[in-house]
Amino acid sequence: MNYLKLVILALVPLIAAMGASWARDIAYQVHALIIMSIAGGMFLWVLRHTDEPERPRPMSTGYADGVIRAGVIATAFWGIAGLLVGTFIAFQLAFPALNFDWGQPFTNFGRLRPLHTSAVIFAFGGNALIATSFYVVQRTCSVRLFGGNLAWFVFWGYQLFIVLAATGYLLGSTQSKEYAEPEWYVDIWLTIIWLCYLAVFLGTLIIRRERHIYVANWFYLGFIVTVAMLHVVNNLSVPVSLWGSKSVQVFAGVQDAMTQWWYGHNAVGFFLTAGFLGMMYYFVPKQANRPVYSYKLSIVHFWSLIFLYIWAGPHHLHYTALPDWASTLGMVFSIILWMPSWGGMINGLMTLQGAWDKLRTDPILRMFVLSLGFYGMSTFEGPMMSIRAVNSLSHYTDWTIGHVHSGALGWNGMITFGALYFLTPRLWGRAKMHSISAINWHFWLATIGIIFYAASMWVTGIMEGLMWREVDDQGFLVNSFADTVAAKFPMYVVRGMGGILYLSGALIMVWNMWMTIKGGAKQSAPVGVPAE
Amino acid sequence: MTDHKQDDVTGIETTGHSWDGIEELNTPLPRWWLWTLYLTIIWGIGYSVAYPAWPMISGATSGLLGWSTRANVAQDIDAHAQKNAQLVTDLLGTDMEALPQDADLNRYAIARGGAVFRANCSQCHGSGAAGAKGYPNLLDDDWLWGGAMADIEYTVRHGIRNEQDADARYSQMPAFGAILGKDDIAAVVEHVISLSSSDFDAALAETGAEVFADNCSACHGDAGQGDRSQGAPNIGDAIWLYGSDRQALTQTVTKARFGVMPPWGGRLEEADIRAVSAYVHSLGGGE
Repeated sequence: MNYLKLVILALVPLIAAMGASWARDIAYQVHALIIMSIAGGMFLWVLRHTDEPERPRPMSTGYADGVIRAGVIATAFWGIAGLLVGTFIAFQLAFPALNFDWGQPFTNFGRLRPLHTSAVIFAFGGNALIATSFYVVQRTCSVRLFGGNLAWFVFWGYQLFIVLAATGYLLGSTQSKEYAEPEWYVDIWLTIIWLCYLAVFLGTLIIRRERHIYVANWFYLGFIVTVAMLHVVNNLSVPVSLWGSKSVQVFAGVQDAMTQWWYGHNAVGFFLTAGFLGMMYYFVPKQANRPVYSYKLSIVHFWSLIFLYIWAGPHHLHYTALPDWASTLGMVFSIILWMPSWGGMINGLMTLQGAWDKLRTDPILRMFVLSLGFYGMSTFEGPMMSIRAVNSLSHYTDWTIGHVHSGALGWNGMITFGALYFLTPRLWGRAKMHSISAINWHFWLATIGIIFYAASMWVTGIMEGLMWREVDDQGFLVNSFADTVAAKFPMYVVRGMGGILYLSGALIMVWNMWMTIKGGAKQSAPVGVPAE
Repeated sequence: MTDHKQDDVTGIETTGHSWDGIEELNTPLPRWWLWTLYLTIIWGIGYSVAYPAWPMISGATSGLLGWSTRANVAQDIDAHAQKNAQLVTDLLGTDMEALPQDADLNRYAIARGGAVFRANCSQCHGSGAAGAKGYPNLLDDDWLWGGAMADIEYTVRHGIRNEQDADARYSQMPAFGAILGKDDIAAVVEHVISLSSSDFDAALAETGAEVFADNCSACHGDAGQGDRSQGAPNIGDAIWLYGSDRQALTQTVTKARFGVMPPWGGRLEEADIRAVSAYVHSLGGGE
């Protein structure tokens, strides 16, 4: 087995070295060098350990938690990275001088923006999903992860994907599809990783020792399967050269746009909604210590959500070259999607029946409740914005950015923070988090940060939408684009402040996690610290 | 393990399953949730009958209301066109020189001209009309062919140095590389620089003044003030179309320049030509 590994690990650096020397662009070259050094290092490591006597391994009867610990750390790390870049580019929009001349072209807004979105969605959110799904599927199936070290391969392979994507953006390699920017070879690598992820997850479900599959796992599985399909179809492209990063999409024109937003909307629907609902269905009842509100609701809203979400993409392309009929269908399905989305919120919030008093003392539970509140708000706002008449005002404005962030910061961010606070003491065998009052601080900083962000984007979004469409009595536009940019400046500063608050909360969390992992729990802290 | 228990808080039975301690209540679907879901479905069916929605083998259902985004845009444009019909008639009939006196018509002409400019002229002259190297700035009062309303209108209609319009404004500076020696060119360049700058070689400029008088003053004037009747630029005002350094000027003198502007007479409607002329005239340099 080791010899096979050695052959592969010897071939990879060789091919990567060829790639580096024949590379047609800098991104490809840097990527080839990264892969060469990683594979080379692994070759040496395997070589030094070959033919060593097998060390007796401790019987692994318990759950595979090492990879989840790594996932928890990676989630926190990429979260900080993504929020930091996000806050910086928020200020770049307010103060264009922050597109420093000395950093061009690597640090201009155009390259940092996909770095931010991918870092928070795929690096922060993705690691959170992978780590929690591994945690939840083991607990709710009462069985160790299927596939042994395959889970570690998924983890490290996914980190390599993140590094390749991020460095690629900075070096100018992008296929210019929103949330699907990485070029062809990075896409192929992610496909391999994702199929391994599916194998680990599905394998664990198959070998489960529980009779029934818990609802959280339906959502996780729906997320993994659909994301695989979306990723493969939207990234169908032909590389210009095997030694270069550039590729050409197989779809063109409005078909390409429709494929992109079928993907883009379902990245939201399955990555950021279904996957995170999987988290919700485990961590909320656990933290509240209450049974899930309604089994029937979970079935009906799961299937209606899965069925409806996939058709809603065209609402991203209202009033474009997309035919009217497709646009109507996108809108209709988006509106019918309202109740199926809210099913998750109802099931989460109502699970707190009989445990509402815990909100006063438990900031982690409060984070879950806040995240469900934002989930409900953005899944109402979304269908509303999909209505053509509303969309004609909101489209292309900051309203969309505000909507996305009330979902991302409020729903995805808060539930992930709650899950990290839940997992850290359990995974490192501590009684509880190092400081409960620090969690309180995190909660309030993040909440106020989100409010700053969402409120300022509503104001500037609606303002610029109205300014863009304002015509005089003769039918001519009143404002130039630059007028709207100037008018938005104060709100851009407020948005940046919101980002700083949210980032500071996350930094407190990282400190708290660090202290929890490093030492025992601070026993002096009483379990119930009042919120106010 | 089916162990239906009754939940103490809600009085509702569990489903009897338990995963890692998590149980589920057997609560029925909330009625309001279910009815709202049904309502949105019924609304969706109704809406998709009323509006274009369902794809068929070729094309799609067009909806009972006959609604379409393209028809809506056409309707909006028509509505404004109808409302502005009188203004268009007035613009076509007006004496362009008198246009600024009719405030309402002038506002219409300038707004319409701005739209025409951004679609047709900004590619060369810039979206703010500030020009670029080789493309004149239209914001200042330094005109090659004249900045009166009629001059601008003529230039827009017929263009400059093009082959499509026999009435295009036309003039050509000779390429002095074939006429003068390198020393003479260097000297005349120095003289030209001396007209608008204090940073020059006095002796060389002195020699250049003679070369200028013999070769250039016929078009550019004795003092380099230019001549609009033949599009000869004023070269004493420190405004440069192709650059002011010695290298750029040497190239201009040696090889000459030949800027071309297409005639817009056949391409734009008459009202558009008048409107864009009014717009350019209004930018700051109109005479």
